[in-house]
Amino acid sequence: MSDLLANKEAATAAVVDWMTKKAGTKTKFYFNDFSKVFPDDKPREIKKVVNKLVEEGVLEYWSSGSTTMYGLKGSGIQHSSEGEE
Amino acid sequence: MAKHETPLLDQLESGPWPSFVSDLKAQAEKRAKNVEGVEFQIPQDCVADLLGVLELSYKHGRTHWKHGGIVGVFGYGGGVIGRYCDQPKLFPGVEHFHTMRVNQPAGKYYTTEYLRTLTKLWDLRGSGVTNMHGATGDIILLGTTTPQLEEVFWTLTHDMGQDLGGSGSNLRTPADCLGQSRCEYACYDTNALVYFLTNQYQDELHRPAFPYKFKFKLDGCPNCCVASIARSDMSFIGTWRDNIRINQDAVNKYVENDAKYPANAGAFRGSRNWGKFDLEKEVLALCPTKCMKFENKKLFIDNANCTRCMHCINVMPRALKIGKDTGLSILCGAKAPILDGAQMGSLLVPFVEVNPDNDYEAITSVIENVWDWWMEEGKNRERLGELIMRQGFQKLLEVTGIEAKPQHVSYPRTNPYIFWKEDEVTGGWERDVDEYRKHHLR
Repeated sequence: MSDLLANKEAATAAVVDWMTKKAGTKTKFYFNDFSKVFPDDKPREIKKVVNKLVEEGVLEYWSSGSTTMYGLKGSGIQHSSEGEE
Repeated sequence: MAKHETPLLDQLESGPWPSFVSDLKAQAEKRAKNVEGVEFQIPQDCVADLLGVLELSYKHGRTHWKHGGIVGVFGYGGGVIGRYCDQPKLFPGVEHFHTMRVNQPAGKYYTTEYLRTLTKLWDLRGSGVTNMHGATGDIILLGTTTPQLEEVFWTLTHDMGQDLGGSGSNLRTPADCLGQSRCEYACYDTNALVYFLTNQYQDELHRPAFPYKFKFKLDGCPNCCVASIARSDMSFIGTWRDNIRINQDAVNKYVENDAKYPANAGAFRGSRNWGKFDLEKEVLALCPTKCMKFENKKLFIDNANCTRCMHCINVMPRALKIGKDTGLSILCGAKAPILDGAQMGSLLVPFVEVNPDNDYEAITSVIENVWDWWMEEGKNRERLGELIMRQGFQKLLEVTGIEAKPQHVSYPRTNPYIFWKEDEVTGGWERDVDEYRKHHLR
């Protein structure tokens, strides 16, 4: 595991920072996109950290039913976009 | 009177088969009458609106559903699929109409009490419409609103000991046949293995990190009742290494058309007359490798050439039985036709032991090697079968550490090219030029 991924705070900041920079063009990301933030890490290691961020409410899942993507919580399409409260 | 006129849907009821339209109408009526006094937590007329939106889709020739969203239950990246109607004013009952997938029990064994509890829950908190074991294999609960998702999940997990299934870029709910619990053809305990895999890979089932969907399906024998060879990224099919067991007396009973030995295990007996059983025509001539013969009232099988097609065993189950040295074969890469057409699974492991005592180590090591490769190399929305096509079956063998075997060859002698790697060739690519020139002047 890289030093960046091993450091929870730094890893969170790197993910949030990277997603925020992209927010102008897109708000949902494939899991593979995280390899750009953590190029030296294996997907299974990245998965543990990214899913922890979902659990903590930093990120959220978006699923089409067949494919799942990740986004910053509250960005892009939300319940309210679909007429839900 | 129905809430919406549905002349186009009504036509669907006129065919010879049971109609889902009739079922939906019955459910809409049941909710409207509400004899049981259910305190519906989603619109009472949702099923009537479901019929209405479907009628409109037939009329317009386009769908009025959109799918996908951030809906789900806490901590799970799958199991819930957001569905929204794009005509909410016309059909407010189905404005939000999400699907929940519930992990079916191994072998689909239920108690009636379980089914009643489940349907009661879904009548209260959902539409009451279910799809038991469609293409995914799960229990599908069709139609509820976002606030009900956690409520349903709580009852499922806390009161019913029941988990959600897989959706999205997850391991999907593993599916199996009845296996040894009911079937004499089963070469391994499919129920035990599917239960183990479901528990072992909970993280993969609920927390999506794959490039796309991934399906396990388990068949106890090559009859493939679950169609794992066509419908799963990784298919586990029971097989045996020794010989088909033959009871020669029973074979002769079949040949003599003894009434106690009906061919095809008596299938359709009473409704169709298949005529007299003919061993030559119905078994020997249909053997795909022609590895059988019947001489002097004795049946011979050249087992080395048997491809485990199961036909002879299916036709004469009292005379022929699977071997005793059983295990399973692993095939990879089947998928439906989104890209490159439909694909059947390719045989990766011809035979592997099924050993619960060491936590199925031989099987899980193959699974995890395949996943590591696919997670690293798979493109977004690329199925395992497409990655195998893109990088080659040879690469799959390399990442799983499996040596090429004759069973891996589908069509021998069709490709004259062999691309050796340096470490596969004695002496590598380096050679002694002086030594070479001793034998070759130019």
